[in-house]
Amino acid sequence: MADIALEQVEDLEFPDDIHETATGISNPKLAMWVYLASDCLLFGGLISTYLLYKNRPGNIPGLAGSPLRASELFNIPFTSMTSFILLMSSLTMVLAVNSIMRGDKQRMRLWLVATAVLGGLFLGGQVYEFTEFVREGLGYTSNVSASAFYTLTGFHGAHVGVGVLMLLSAVGYSFRRDIQAEAIEVLGLYWHFVDIVWVVIFAIVYLIP
Amino acid sequence: MALTEERPPLELTTGGADVQNDRPLGVFTRPTATHGWKSWVTTVDHKKIGIMYGAASFFFLLVGGFEALLIRTQLAVPGNKLLSADLYNQVFTMHGVTMVFLVVMPMAAAFANYLLPLQIGARDVSFPRMNALSLWVWLAGAIFFNTSWLLGGGANGGWFNYAPNSGVVFSPSHGIDFYAVGLLIMGIASTVSAINLTVTVLNMRAPGMTLMKMPVFTWMTFIVQILLVFALPVITVALFLLMFDRLFDATFFDAAKGGDPFLWEHLFWIFGHPEVYIMVLPAFGIVSEVIPVFSRKPIFGYPFMVGSGIAIGFMGWGVWAHHMFASGMGPISVLAFSLATMFIAVPTGVKILNWMATMYGGRLKFTVAMLFSVGLVGMFTIGGLSGVSHAFAPADTQQTDTYYIVAHFHYVLFGGALLGLFSGMYFWWPKVFGYMLSEKAGKWHFWLMLVGFNLTFGPMHILGLQGMMRRTYTYTQGQGFNMWNMVATIGAFTIAVSILVFMYNIASSYRKHRRNPVNPGPDPWDARSLEWMIPSPAPEHNFDEVPVVEEFDEFWNRKYGHDENGRLVRIARTEDVVQTGDATDVHLPSPSYWPLVMACGFPLVGYGLIFNLWWALPGALLLVVGIYGWVMEPSTDPSASHGHDDHDPSHDEPDAAANELPEGAVDTEAGTGSEDVAASDDAPAPEPAMATTEETTVG
Repeated sequence: MADIALEQVEDLEFPDDIHETATGISNPKLAMWVYLASDCLLFGGLISTYLLYKNRPGNIPGLAGSPLRASELFNIPFTSMTSFILLMSSLTMVLAVNSIMRGDKQRMRLWLVATAVLGGLFLGGQVYEFTEFVREGLGYTSNVSASAFYTLTGFHGAHVGVGVLMLLSAVGYSFRRDIQAEAIEVLGLYWHFVDIVWVVIFAIVYLIP
Repeated sequence: MALTEERPPLELTTGGADVQNDRPLGVFTRPTATHGWKSWVTTVDHKKIGIMYGAASFFFLLVGGFEALLIRTQLAVPGNKLLSADLYNQVFTMHGVTMVFLVVMPMAAAFANYLLPLQIGARDVSFPRMNALSLWVWLAGAIFFNTSWLLGGGANGGWFNYAPNSGVVFSPSHGIDFYAVGLLIMGIASTVSAINLTVTVLNMRAPGMTLMKMPVFTWMTFIVQILLVFALPVITVALFLLMFDRLFDATFFDAAKGGDPFLWEHLFWIFGHPEVYIMVLPAFGIVSEVIPVFSRKPIFGYPFMVGSGIAIGFMGWGVWAHHMFASGMGPISVLAFSLATMFIAVPTGVKILNWMATMYGGRLKFTVAMLFSVGLVGMFTIGGLSGVSHAFAPADTQQTDTYYIVAHFHYVLFGGALLGLFSGMYFWWPKVFGYMLSEKAGKWHFWLMLVGFNLTFGPMHILGLQGMMRRTYTYTQGQGFNMWNMVATIGAFTIAVSILVFMYNIASSYRKHRRNPVNPGPDPWDARSLEWMIPSPAPEHNFDEVPVVEEFDEFWNRKYGHDENGRLVRIARTEDVVQTGDATDVHLPSPSYWPLVMACGFPLVGYGLIFNLWWALPGALLLVVGIYGWVMEPSTDPSASHGHDDHDPSHDEPDAAANELPEGAVDTEAGTGSEDVAASDDAPAPEPAMATTEETTVG
């Protein structure tokens, strides 16, 4: 009976369909790459929308809606700081992947939590920024540029939020089960993507006048 | 047994029905049913999922067809009062959306799901549970979308739903809300499915199956998945903006408040034009499988066939604004898109020529499948030619919003996509269900459909050139539209009769098969690709042993070679090269409830968004629970048996299968008898420390 049990263990640990793929890239990792490619067009569409609307109603006379624009309220030093925090979370993510690849689960948890905290700080910054804008009179429906701004940055924020949840879930999961290094790596792909998208958004929305 | 007691409480132990202590999140035990309805709702088998996609999309074909008959009955005579203007708007909108998103796309997904793993020599798709998720989420979205009929009326803005007509001011009912949210839900399903199938094609190919040895159907499906991956996020953005406009008072498409209706048009057609190829390329793939088999020649110019498919997929991104020539976007844009549209006719023409060259000099056999394929080549050519006539912007400006356009896109989508899908049904029916459809009834089906189709949509060219506007609920006496409208209506009912013949064909062929089961054998058509190498219906584990592929048309080349004069000679008997399907000890992914649980969450969130946000809460909860339950459940049940029943030919229908013994549950005599199954039943084996949860990372 023990022999049979051992056989099954081996069978499960090395099923041929997981470790031998035609491209040599594992299925989850490839799926994440394909998903991220798809996500590029999601943000592409949202960024285009923002660029189309960012100066409205100002640049089209006679339109209804508040004349206030998000770009007039930007607090560049503050957003630069939260952007820096988000970028640093990519570093901690790399460290987490590095730890689990060395088999150091404890370190991995530490860095994952650090990444989640940095992501959470970024989100907190975004919430602060939004409430500040609303306080100064720029609500979601104030005008079309405000709607476009909140939609774009909100979608990015939702991506960060989902990422934070996944990071914390991965930490929780690692207490219950053995977590594969590659799972963390794939999670890292998502996280870095979200960071890179923010670099693009920050440049296009905040820095380009 | 000591090992079992050391396990943490949340870990799975065994799939055995007699040891029920594995409940991820403490909710469900692992589903173990292999027969009956439960096995269908929990399945992760790509073949069952494909069959369910097919059945559901056929149901929606009847729904959409009924809507089409309403339209044609309304237009049969001038000044008809069957439908009010408002109801007419709803009916043609629902007809269009249903046929595009609930019929053609999922029916193509049915073929893709069933055939793609078989054609590349794989045991399943790369993410079986995500595959089930796609099916259920799509179905949930489709049902959600159609419940709008009962909740204040269907969408009424046409399938492309132009702004500002789609705003609350002009369309105060909830129809367009259902359109936006329903399509978002179905978009999630399609995205998941597209990612899954893309990875499957790239990663799961059998040894030796290089990309340029894949069957053309697989290639076309692959291109479609890539198109979906990039097209769906664009419509997602558009639908989100529309949803924010309608439900949360944004003004993205409200021109009076700075919004730009043009943005919707561009976003919609950037998705919408690739969508056209998403619908038609699978049918092209099917035809490219059928014609070589019944011409007994390899497909002519395989690399060009693949290349033209890629070219269509690529150029499909650069022609979207030809839907907008009448919108006043400026001469430069019109010129550029006009030219691009003319160019895209070239790769399509290459395909038509290649199909004809495949038939040229072949030993043609006009089975029903072949008839439908040849029908596609003819009808699509007509649709393609009227399509090129739209590429000329001055002509198109005249044709915009007339029945000429309606004629064109029905020739490409009905004459192209749907005829191809029917061809595929007749062709692969024996592989899927283990019995042949009647050729005689099938020929009735084909000819009735072809005649009805041309009667319906042929006259619309004339009506359109005479100036009859589409989307107008009636016309008056004396406009000169009477006769051709009546002809079109007669044609529509002829198509309906042909569909009835098809349903009769299924029922009678099935009854005949039940009375006198004759298994068609693995290879009833003397076909060419790998799926014909395994028994009919395909066994649960697909291949006994994964085939090693050496060349294109591998299966054919195992049967036939050439003598020194270059003549075709048989080198092996079919019986010697096919597999028997009786392999045991094949490792398969285990069924799961979680895809269904998650799918139930989406429509609840949808109703919540439309009616009352609080209602979204239980839906969101289901989604969260579903995701965590999913993650905590290894994709493969560690102690499910690895055995497989011999498939008795009489047990090929889901209801017929109910009397088979369940496998893996309490079986000792279900045809496996292998020792490890027996052993794992009385003594559960320990779960390995590292569960092979290939999907956990994707969540």
